[in-house]
Amino acid sequence: MPLSQVPLSWFLMLSAALFAIGVAGFLFRRNIITVFMSIELMLNAVNLSFIAFSYQNKQVNGHLLAFFVMVVAAAEAAVGLAIILTVFKNRATLNIDEVDSMKN
Amino acid sequence: MQLWLIPILPLAGFAINGLFGRRFSKSLVNLFAIGSVLLSLAWVLKTLFGLGDLSAAHAEHYFTWIQSGALNIGCDFAVDRLTAVMLLVVTGVGSLIHIYAIGYMAHEGGYYRFFAYLNLFMFFMLVLVLASNFLLLFVGWEGVGLCSYLLIGFYFDKQFATNAGNKAFIVNRIGDFGFSLAMFLIFVNFKSLDFAAVFQAAPAASQATLTTIGLLLLVGACGKSAQIPLYVWLPDAMAGPTPVSALIHAATMVTAGVYMTARSWVIYTHAPAAMNVIAIMGVATAFFAATIGLAQNDIKKVFAYSTISQLGYMFIGVGSGAFGAGIYHLVTHAFFKALLFLGAGSVIHALSGEQDLRNMGGLRSKIPITFWTMMCAAVAIAGVPPFSGFYSKDAILAAAFEKTPWIYWVGVITAGMTAFYVFRAMFLAFFGTYRGHAHPHESPPVMWIPLAILGLLSLGGGAFLPVPEFLRGVFHAAPEGPPNYGLMGISVAAGLIGILIAWIMYVARPGMAESFADSVGGLYKLVYNKYFVDEIYGAVIIKPIVNGSRVLLWKLVDVSGIDGLVNGIATWCRGVGGVLRRIQSGNIRSYATWVVFGSVMLIVAMGLAEGLAR
Repeated sequence: MPLSQVPLSWFLMLSAALFAIGVAGFLFRRNIITVFMSIELMLNAVNLSFIAFSYQNKQVNGHLLAFFVMVVAAAEAAVGLAIILTVFKNRATLNIDEVDSMKN
Repeated sequence: MQLWLIPILPLAGFAINGLFGRRFSKSLVNLFAIGSVLLSLAWVLKTLFGLGDLSAAHAEHYFTWIQSGALNIGCDFAVDRLTAVMLLVVTGVGSLIHIYAIGYMAHEGGYYRFFAYLNLFMFFMLVLVLASNFLLLFVGWEGVGLCSYLLIGFYFDKQFATNAGNKAFIVNRIGDFGFSLAMFLIFVNFKSLDFAAVFQAAPAASQATLTTIGLLLLVGACGKSAQIPLYVWLPDAMAGPTPVSALIHAATMVTAGVYMTARSWVIYTHAPAAMNVIAIMGVATAFFAATIGLAQNDIKKVFAYSTISQLGYMFIGVGSGAFGAGIYHLVTHAFFKALLFLGAGSVIHALSGEQDLRNMGGLRSKIPITFWTMMCAAVAIAGVPPFSGFYSKDAILAAAFEKTPWIYWVGVITAGMTAFYVFRAMFLAFFGTYRGHAHPHESPPVMWIPLAILGLLSLGGGAFLPVPEFLRGVFHAAPEGPPNYGLMGISVAAGLIGILIAWIMYVARPGMAESFADSVGGLYKLVYNKYFVDEIYGAVIIKPIVNGSRVLLWKLVDVSGIDGLVNGIATWCRGVGGVLRRIQSGNIRSYATWVVFGSVMLIVAMGLAEGLAR
C-alpha cells in the first residue's frame, strides 16, 4: 500500500502511542538518562504528527516546524547531557528522586 | 534704590561666616559679621536720604515668586515711613549689639557660629520689615523664629537651653498657625496678599470678615510678641547669650507682632472688636507680666518679664487706635530695653556668669560705666520726664484714656510696678554691699561704647525723635490735641512712687523687702512662681497631649492597630505559604505529574469549550 493511501488517523495514533510511552517513561522511570530519552521520544512523537498533517494538507509549514523541533532537541540534548554529567559528578547518583535540593 | 542690598549684606555675612568661619580668626569673623551689618546700616541711611520725605511709599519689584491661578506673589520690597523707622531700629540697634557682642562673646566657644546666626537673623528681620506682601513678611517672620530658636539653644550642650529653644519654637508654631489662617482668609476675600491691594479693598469688606482676619493675625502677633496666653516662651528664651536677649528678645524680633498689627492698621480700624481684644490682651499682659517681674531674682528674668509687660503696652497703644504711639514705644523700648539687657550682660560678664540679684550688690563703684548707662535706661523705662520712655508711654496712656479709661488706670498701676521692679534690680545690683565672691571688673570699651550710645538714645530718643508725628501720614491719624498735663502727672507720679518704694525697700531700709514678702507669703509665692502658668499649661495641655500620644496613639492605634494590621497580613501570608510550599517537593517526577495533569485539564477544558475560540 503506497504511503499516500495510509489514513491520517494511523499516523496520529502512532504519534499518540509514542507520546504516551514517552510520558509514562518520564513519570515512572527513576534513571535520569531514561527520563531524558523519554523526552526525546515525546518530541519525536510530536514531530511525527507535524509531518503527517503537513503531508495530508500538502503544506510545508509542518516540515519546517519539525526541523525546528529537531534543532531544539539537539541543543537540549547537549545542555541536558552536560547537566546530567555535572549532577553525576557532584552526587554520584543518577536516581532522579535523590536530586531534590529544591524541596520546599 | 536697590533695597535688596539691605537684607542681602547680612545674608552674605552669614554665608561667609557660616561656611568658612570655622577656619577664620576672630578678627576676620568680626570683619564680615559687623562689617556686613554696618554696611547694611549705611545703605539704609543712604536709601532713606535718597528717598526724601517718604510721604508716599517707595516700592520695588524684583521677580515673581509664586504664580498659580489667581495667586501672584512677587518678591517685592517697599519703604514707607513705618518701614523706615523699623529699618533704622533694626540696623541701628542691631549694629550696636553686634559690636557689643565682640566683647561679650570673646571667651565663648562657637564664636563664628554665633555671629553667623546673628547675621542670618538680621537678614530675616530686614526681609520682614521690607516685605510688601503678607507672604514675604511671613518668610521673614518664620526666619527670625528659626534664628531665635538657634540662638536660644546656642549653648546646645545644656539641656535647659535646648529645651528653651524647643519651647520658643513650638509656642510660636501656635501663633504662626493663626497667621497662616489669616493669610488664607485674606487671599480668599481680597484675591491678593499685597499690602497695597489688601488695604485698598479692606474697607469694603464685611466687618465679620475683617474681625476674623484681625483676630487671627492677632494670634500670630500674640505668639511672636509674647502676649497672654502665648508669652511663656520669652522668659525661658533668656537661656541664650545676652546679646541675643537684647537684640532678638527685646529690641527687634518680639516687636514684629506690633509692627505687623500696625502695618495692618486698615483692617483693625474697620474691626473695632478686634481692636478691643488687642487692647485688653495688651493691658492684661502688661499688668500680669509686671507683677511677675516684681519678685524675680534672676536679673535677666526681671528684664524678660519687663519686656513682655512693655510689649503689652505697645499693644495697648495699637489697640487704642494709636498706632503711631505703639511704634513710638517700640522704638524707645528698643533703646532702653536693649540697653538694660546689654547692661545686665555687662554685669554678668563682670561677675563671670553670675545672674542672681541676691549675689550682687554694691557694684556701682566697681563697674561705674555700666551703672550709669543702665541708669539711663532705668529712668527711661520708669517714665521719668524728659527721657524717652516718658514720651512714648504717655502717648499710649493718653490714647488709652480717650478710648477706655479703665485701661488707662491699669496702665498707670503697671507703670508704677515697672518703675519699682527696674529700680529694685538696679538697687539690688548696684547699691548696698557686694554679696558675691567674684572679682568684678569693668567691661572693655567695645562693650561700653555701645552701652553709652544706647544710653544717649534712651535719654534723648523721646524728645528728639517725634515718631508719632513722623508716622501720622501712614496711619491717617488725626493731629494730636493739646497735652493733658493731668494724665501726664498721674503716670509720672506712679513711676516716681514706684522708684521711691524700691528705694525704701532695698536701699534705705534693707530687710524690709523680706519682711514684706513674708507678710503676704501666699501672694508672694504665687508671683514668685509666675502664677504657676507653666505648671498649669503642663498639666492642662502638655500632659494630656503626651499621654494621649503615648497611650492612645502609640500603644493603641499604632502598636495594636497599624502594626497589628501589618503583622496580621504578614502572618496570614506566611500561613498560606506554609500550605503552598508542600507543592514544591523538589521531586522532578512530581513536577512532571503536575505538568501532565495541567495539560490534561487544559485539553479537557478545550473539549468542553468546543475548541479554541476563533
